[in-house]
Amino acid sequence: MKLSGAQASPPRETATAAKIISRNVTKIYPTVRGPMTALTDFNLDVADGEFVSVVGPSGCGKSTYLRILAGLDTLSAGSVLIRPGADPRKPLNSVVFQEYAVFPWKTVIDNVAFGLEMRGVARAERLETAAYWLERVGLRKFAGYYPHQISGGMKQRVSIVRALANDPEVLLMDEPLGALDAQTRIVLQDELLRIWEETRKTVVYITHSLDEAILLSDRVILMTAHPGRHLATFEIDIPRPRTVETMNIARFAELRGAVWDLLGKEVARAMELQT
Amino acid sequence: MNTPTDPDTLARRRAGRLAFWRGLSSLIAAAIAWNGVFFAAGLWFPLWWLGLFGDFVLAVMVAERVGRVVPLRGRRAYERTLAFGFPVLALVAWQVIVDAGILSATWFPQPTRIAQALWEMTVSYDRFSQTSLIGRPWLIPEVVAQSGWAAGWGLIAESHVWATLGRVGAGFVLGAIPGVLLGVVMGMNKTVRLMLDTTLSAIYVLPKIAIFPIVMLMFADPFGEGPKIVVVALAVFFLMTINSMAGVRDIDPVFLMAGRNYGARGFQMLRHVIIPAALPVIFAGLRLALGTALIVIISVEFLRAKQGVGFITFYYWEVLNPEKMYAGLVVVMILGILLTYLLQWLERRVMPWQRD
Ligand SMILES: Nc1ncnc2c1ncn2[C@@H]1O[C@H](COP(=O)(O)OP(=O)(O)OP(=O)(O)O)[C@@H](O)[C@H]1O
Ligand SMILES: [Mg+2]
Repeated sequence: MKLSGAQASPPRETATAAKIISRNVTKIYPTVRGPMTALTDFNLDVADGEFVSVVGPSGCGKSTYLRILAGLDTLSAGSVLIRPGADPRKPLNSVVFQEYAVFPWKTVIDNVAFGLEMRGVARAERLETAAYWLERVGLRKFAGYYPHQISGGMKQRVSIVRALANDPEVLLMDEPLGALDAQTRIVLQDELLRIWEETRKTVVYITHSLDEAILLSDRVILMTAHPGRHLATFEIDIPRPRTVETMNIARFAELRGAVWDLLGKEVARAMELQT
Repeated sequence: MNTPTDPDTLARRRAGRLAFWRGLSSLIAAAIAWNGVFFAAGLWFPLWWLGLFGDFVLAVMVAERVGRVVPLRGRRAYERTLAFGFPVLALVAWQVIVDAGILSATWFPQPTRIAQALWEMTVSYDRFSQTSLIGRPWLIPEVVAQSGWAAGWGLIAESHVWATLGRVGAGFVLGAIPGVLLGVVMGMNKTVRLMLDTTLSAIYVLPKIAIFPIVMLMFADPFGEGPKIVVVALAVFFLMTINSMAGVRDIDPVFLMAGRNYGARGFQMLRHVIIPAALPVIFAGLRLALGTALIVIISVEFLRAKQGVGFITFYYWEVLNPEKMYAGLVVVMILGILLTYLLQWLERRVMPWQRD
């Protein structure tokens, strides 16, 4: 098992060109009680076609980092870069938000086609793309429904395929399965695995679930509790294709134990910080 | 459904039915006793409010008892009966109380007499205001044959109802559209908001009737339609500005982030994210603005108009014809209900995603 310690590890040298380069990302929120450091000196490079998960105690700045990557928030110091691809018309990134952020005023299919519509793709073409993605996650029948008419799990699937239909250079997902019940969650993990192994998009994936992080990722990044900084990196060397069955193999349990060793302590520290 | 036959169930049902009728008849007996005591002791006049309160409580108890035995299928009919039955009951009570001489028929004419007055005002030409509530539609066939459709329309346009409706409609549209637009801009742009918010709040609280004289001065024809429409528009404008601003500021920021992340910019953002997200609040504001518009136009017509429902209501008050004055108020209420329905219809058309 390759295990690189926190501060000791130099920025990872990637063989393929890095798709995402973030250096010393720091975010300080000005609040009434003075500046509040949410994220400090966070480094992360993600290779083209790599699936990287970020795990850390609640409030450690994971969403903040993702928003900065997406260009939805400013950074106080450091830099982030997403390398554009060959096709300049492709969007750089699409976010699956922690809250679903599916537009209640648009039908399911119009939600999925939203990114394409904003880029001026003709109606027939964008509806065809959206229908294809709805078909893939079993929501074809619900194309004409409004979000309030479908379940939470379906809404989150809509939010995921809205990002996929947009065909971005990198996919940024913030706890996309966080609010789901255990069964739906397993089904969607399987679906995500299948889709990712076919599309091989560059993904930054935030989750609270260790199982999910290990199952889906090539690499798992651990963050410290408040203020967030890099704690450790784990290479997940379980061969693909994987399915939810992969969680039963010995190597999985081994990795899980190693990650939890560090994360458990950090979570405990985070809870002490709160009191 | 299967009918149970075992004696236990049947017996329990019979006992239940018996208890229900016993409860109901004792409530009715209580109602008779309550009112009887009030009459006999001559308490109705000084303590009419207490009598009515007691009657209301008894009516609620009766309705609750009946509601408990209404089968699921009859639920809607039962609820509708309550919703419409109560106002009808109140009208009947009014009628009975005035007929019995407890309230003065001069100041509180019975509903039947108000209805009669309303009918008269609708179908007969009033020589003083030179029209009727709905104009002179009975002359339409004749006039159209003689001088064409425009003249025929004139017979409707001269009516009191049309005068009021036209002012409310024109003022509402003229105030609501710029109001919503400015409110949205203020919701999105902090600088504009800081510059205008205080001023708008200050003007908003002014009773619009108080600035009517100033508005009149701004027009070449101070007694024409212009000032009346503008004063309604002003009332609607300020309300809608403040309301739409609140609606936009209340938008969940995650929707704005999603809009931006998926490439919406400028006008697209407005059209696909901001406006639809704020629409529920904007429509709630339009409902309030409609009420305000009616209040303003009726008071303006009280003050200064030769035509309109408010004018005719006040006129009949001045000539001491209370039946017709009440009839005027009834027309205002009917207009309010109809315009609200229109707005609700529009709301369903514009926001098909709203659950009902
Ligand atoms: N707009 C803001 N102003 C001030 N502080 C903020 C703001 N947004 C986030 N924070 C703070 O920054 C820290 C990191 O927040 P963030 O949402 O990134 O955490 P997170 O790791 O995503 O947590 P979770 O796992 O619970 O989603 C938190 O302590 C939060 O209170
Ligand atoms: Mg978060």
